[in-house]
Amino acid sequence: MTAQAAKRPEQGELVLSLRGISKHFGAVSALTDIELDVHAGEVVALVGDNGAGKSTLIKVLSGVHQPSSGTISFRGKEVTLANPAMALDLGIATVFQDLALCENLDVVANIFLGRELKPYQLDEVSMEVRAWTLLNELSARIPSVRDVVASLSGGQRQTVAIARSLLLEPQLIMLDEPTAALGVAQTAEVLNLIERLRDRGHGVIMISHNMEDVRAVADRIVVLRLGRNNGVFTPDASNHDLVAAITGATENAVSRRASRRKAETGIQPEDQP
Amino acid sequence: MSHDQKDAPQPSATQPSALLDRSDVRVKHAEGLGGWLSAFVERVRSGDLGSLPVIVGLVVIWTVFTSLNPIFVSANNMVNLLFDCSTVGVISLGIVCVLMVGQIDLSVGSMSGFASALTGMLWVNAGVPVLAAIFLALVVGAVVGALYALLFNRLGMPSFVSTLAGLLAILGMQLYVLGPTGSINLPYGSAMVTFGQLLVLPPAVSHILALIPGAVMLWAGFRTRDQRRAARLSAASTGGILLRATALTVLLEAVVAYLDQGRGVPFMFAVFLGLAVAMNYALTRTQWGRSMMAVGGNAEAARRAGINVRRIYTSAFVLCATLASLGGVLSAARLASASQQAGTGDVNLNAIAAAVIGGTSLFGGRGSAYSAVLGIIVIQSIASGLTLLNLSSSLRFMITGAVLAIAVIVDSLARQSRVSHGRA
Repeated sequence: MTAQAAKRPEQGELVLSLRGISKHFGAVSALTDIELDVHAGEVVALVGDNGAGKSTLIKVLSGVHQPSSGTISFRGKEVTLANPAMALDLGIATVFQDLALCENLDVVANIFLGRELKPYQLDEVSMEVRAWTLLNELSARIPSVRDVVASLSGGQRQTVAIARSLLLEPQLIMLDEPTAALGVAQTAEVLNLIERLRDRGHGVIMISHNMEDVRAVADRIVVLRLGRNNGVFTPDASNHDLVAAITGATENAVSRRASRRKAETGIQPEDQP
Repeated sequence: MSHDQKDAPQPSATQPSALLDRSDVRVKHAEGLGGWLSAFVERVRSGDLGSLPVIVGLVVIWTVFTSLNPIFVSANNMVNLLFDCSTVGVISLGIVCVLMVGQIDLSVGSMSGFASALTGMLWVNAGVPVLAAIFLALVVGAVVGALYALLFNRLGMPSFVSTLAGLLAILGMQLYVLGPTGSINLPYGSAMVTFGQLLVLPPAVSHILALIPGAVMLWAGFRTRDQRRAARLSAASTGGILLRATALTVLLEAVVAYLDQGRGVPFMFAVFLGLAVAMNYALTRTQWGRSMMAVGGNAEAARRAGINVRRIYTSAFVLCATLASLGGVLSAARLASASQQAGTGDVNLNAIAAAVIGGTSLFGGRGSAYSAVLGIIVIQSIASGLTLLNLSSSLRFMITGAVLAIAVIVDSLARQSRVSHGRA
């Protein structure tokens, strides 16, 4: 643990830096010239419409996809993320949108997948204790860590996936839609957790469609649109500006709807909760 | 209600002495022997059948055949049955491996035939020492497995197709190696043929060996219990561990005592059981086995967890083809010959059927090494019983086919039940 603590970057140190990242799938350019910086102790929210390239960017950073061009620097050193194992070893952990859990294995096996203790004689007792500790840190409600993941609810699976990402004490944690499947209390827990991660000096990238969640925890909001950078905002930016950056027009479905409501009720859209 | 960021009160926080895995008040936990029994019944009802169907099936098959011909359960017939089980059983162990990762190897029959032909050719015709000949046959098996893995990993060729092609190609190689005579007789009296046909464990040794599983179960059970208690986890009761270990030991000793009334426990079957135990350990207690299950359950999730999925597939294919070769060598020893018929006919499908009948899923991620042992005993029991009744092989194929169908039906019904009980 002391080695991990010594390795941990200083608060504010540049952890991750992307320069000119592009990714093509055949003729489709999913990402074009993406620039992104994440510092230690900072929560960066990645927002954008469906198809903006958020999940593709996450997959590039987790080693699932390789970028077509551009450079990734992790803690000042240029790195290649050829496969997920390399990203994990560097200290980049990911909670995928589809969670990527093995439903036929139990909770402990999923949390320790690929990182089992004592490879030739699995240390089930230590793994189970560590699993309970991680889950209790998340205030998770899992009936038994020896149940297969198939028997868990969506929110419980989400918690297992987050617990797994914390196992290695990563320096950068990426959460793809972490609150999408969660109830009110668990959403608050996850947001608390993100703040705790930030305070412990981890860099956090969070993807969310929920602007309320984004504003609650993000230090910076990076907007992607059609695979390109489309502005960086602070959490106190107006909803109107954010939505305009996300949709690419001041005149858009959201503003039209807001002005229609305004015309009907005579209430300012900003007053709406 | 506005955002309430305060932590909800913890039910476990009020009882600091509560066990780590028993703090959730919603979950019922079995206590003692009665609790264990009712938990078992509950598990079976929800569709988590384990080896129960195959054991029930075995009891039914044995009862039927014994009532038709009492010789069936005679000690010597059982000894013969175990000799026959060992050869295809070893092949079936390999099938469990590939099924575990959700793949298939249809060429295990040809591979075993080719391995037996290769051993015969090298040893009898070319004068290579027998152990070196066997080793070379195993290496050839490993190479074939590596080739399947290469085709699957690099070219994305479905294992169903590549091994179907392999089935034909390897059969051709077997015929080529055997040449125009078409068969090579292995010398009677040689160690290899003696091993395959006659060698049994001395009674004392077999009784001692039968004690080992129970002893290991006691030792491991108490060690795990102490570790779990030290870690504030719920642990198995002393009585339960003792009961299970005693039951296992009594069962094994009874079987050994019965077989010793005949010729004794076949050495070859002991080797097969040893391999099955080793495979079970590897699949359940090592990182490799955990990775095999993960790849079979969700290969993409395994990859994202940092597992080298290609290497896992490779290990499964190589292990399967190597064990198929070993099965071929054992069957050559059993038949004292390597012929064009070796590995053809029902060997292939018996090996696959045994794994499935024993409870290994065809869809990956679910199974056990012991399913090969139980499944092959079912299949050989049917074969042996029908032979004793003087029924033709046509009926034997039909009945084995029906048993396989029933096994798969039971498996899919259990699967549906698991889904509806939220355990799939």
